[in-house]
Amino acid sequence: MSPAELPGRFFRSELKLVFRRRRNVALLTILGLVPVLISIAVKTSNRSSRGGSIFGGISENGLFAALAALLAVLPLFLPLVVSVVAGDAIAGEASTGTLRYLLSVPVGRTRLLTVKLAAILVWCVACVATVALMGVLAGLALFPSGELTLLSGRPVAYSVGLGRLALVSGYVVVVIAMVGALGLFVSTMTEVPVAAMAATLTLTIVSEVADAVPQLSAIHGWLPTHYWLQWVDLLRDPVRTVDISTGLLVTLGYVTVFLALAWARFGGKDVTS
Amino acid sequence: MSEEGLVAGSGAGAAISSIGLTKRFGSVNAVDGVDLDVPVGSVYGFLGPNGSGKTTTIRMLLGLIFPTSGSHTLLGDDFLTSGALALSRVGALVEGPAFHPYLSGHANLVRLDAADRSADAGTVKTRVGEALDRVGLSAAAAKRYRAYSLGMRQRLGIAAALLRPRDLLVLDEPTNGLDPQGTREVRTLVSDLARGGVTVFLSSHLLSEVEQLCTAVGVMSAGRLVWQGELAHLREQQAKQVRVETPAPDAAARVLTAAGLRDVARADAIVTATLGDADPEQLVTALVRAGVGVRGFAVERPSFEEQFVGLTGEGFNVSG
Ligand SMILES: Nc1ncnc2c1ncn2[C@@H]1O[C@H](COP(=O)(O)OP(=O)(O)O)[C@@H](O)[C@H]1O
Ligand SMILES: [Mg+2]
Repeated sequence: MSPAELPGRFFRSELKLVFRRRRNVALLTILGLVPVLISIAVKTSNRSSRGGSIFGGISENGLFAALAALLAVLPLFLPLVVSVVAGDAIAGEASTGTLRYLLSVPVGRTRLLTVKLAAILVWCVACVATVALMGVLAGLALFPSGELTLLSGRPVAYSVGLGRLALVSGYVVVVIAMVGALGLFVSTMTEVPVAAMAATLTLTIVSEVADAVPQLSAIHGWLPTHYWLQWVDLLRDPVRTVDISTGLLVTLGYVTVFLALAWARFGGKDVTS
Repeated sequence: MSEEGLVAGSGAGAAISSIGLTKRFGSVNAVDGVDLDVPVGSVYGFLGPNGSGKTTTIRMLLGLIFPTSGSHTLLGDDFLTSGALALSRVGALVEGPAFHPYLSGHANLVRLDAADRSADAGTVKTRVGEALDRVGLSAAAAKRYRAYSLGMRQRLGIAAALLRPRDLLVLDEPTNGLDPQGTREVRTLVSDLARGGVTVFLSSHLLSEVEQLCTAVGVMSAGRLVWQGELAHLREQQAKQVRVETPAPDAAARVLTAAGLRDVARADAIVTATLGDADPEQLVTALVRAGVGVRGFAVERPSFEEQFVGLTGEGFNVSG
């Protein structure tokens, strides 16, 4: 394969576009500040904390700062930052008019969607990793870092705790990627990136609200956000995998549906922007 | 369509050839049964008032929108069955330039090149530099696009079309937003490229651009291609006019009508008519015999402007 055919040049260009954009850098910075602020707040408050809960565990072991931060950003802030980048994917190129030039390069519509999706996934990983890493660092700086007691069971070594945090982060990346896939689909339907972002976030919140209405319990299991907080099962000893697997499966189903919709929609779309 | 028009879809020698290309937006026929034939090596002026369907046609040629009916070939390949691969040999400027505002001109071109699977990554710096140089943007290469003036943006758009050696350039209103100096530069650039063997498909609502550049033209009016062929033929085809300047226009008009001329019209001290087969010398003699004072007598072809009013049924800059 000649260098000209090497895959990835367009992907790297896309990553640069996402990660060098000032707005996105700002979002990532704020995400990174969340665990720091939580840690400082816990450190400076003199309320005695109890073990056995994620926020309560912070003062006993700094690793809980990372977990608490993930818990805090998952319902709203993480969907927001993922919506911003995913909603921008196609709609942003359409609104600047660069979409017509990409297509006449020719970039290939499927290839463009694939590269955009890949960049969104990298963005999801970066967001979750930022929260987790900054949480670990803030925790190390302000709190003890020895053995810790997870949500149940016997105390485990800090390294075991780190492993569990990695698993939790991975699970959060997967469930938040659903928002990315949804955003990509919505992004193919408009030339206004802000509209795509808002619609993606709104749909996510609607799912979360529906999940909180007891009268709708019949459909709860089918809501894409229903299993989001299921990652606490990864902190049990032994790990409870039943609901985690269901969560992963449901997420995968939704991701597949959204990607198929995006592809079907964009493949035959008139680009008049 | 005129007999002068090339036969649609005549195939091998065509850089662009379309058959019945049609695009309907709701109830509007933006483009209606257009049979383009753009000969290889030509500079083809795609003319028409604003709203006559030029951009819509170009979008279909490039695969940005899908025709309601009809098909086309690009550089000899059927567009749909060949998977639009011919596009990598086509440079395009469609409805004005468009780039990422917060990237520099240079970074924007690198980005576009990265999207091109068949472009050589090793030579991207050189090619971007050359393209910028060619449109006179080297000095502003590192500036953010948002800081570019309208003219600089247009130039960057043209530079993007020149990132790689092309067989066909599709330029939609390439001199929009350029000052007279910039317009001249674009004209020189297009002639240079054409001399180098590139086929240029150039849309415009400004006749002056086309008159000096093009070897062939297609004229759009309200979504239809109303004329297509060599520019020289278009000129010949237009009827000659006589123009008499006289203190006695009524008498002059009578004489011209009696001589069998059609379309006799008068305005103040000027009488015009279509010359037809009449002999200009005999007309002058007839006028003098009838005692009509002749201050001026001329046989002229209508200006391009007037020809297009004739073809499109409206003034040139009027939206359709
Ligand atoms: N996306 C669209 N939706 C509806 N009508 C459109 C769209 N794009 C163009 N048109 C209509 O199609 C006609 C031709 O437009 P266009 O091809 O842009 O003309 P030109 O480029 O010759 O100025 C116009 O009447 C315009 O209003
Ligand atoms: Mg136009």
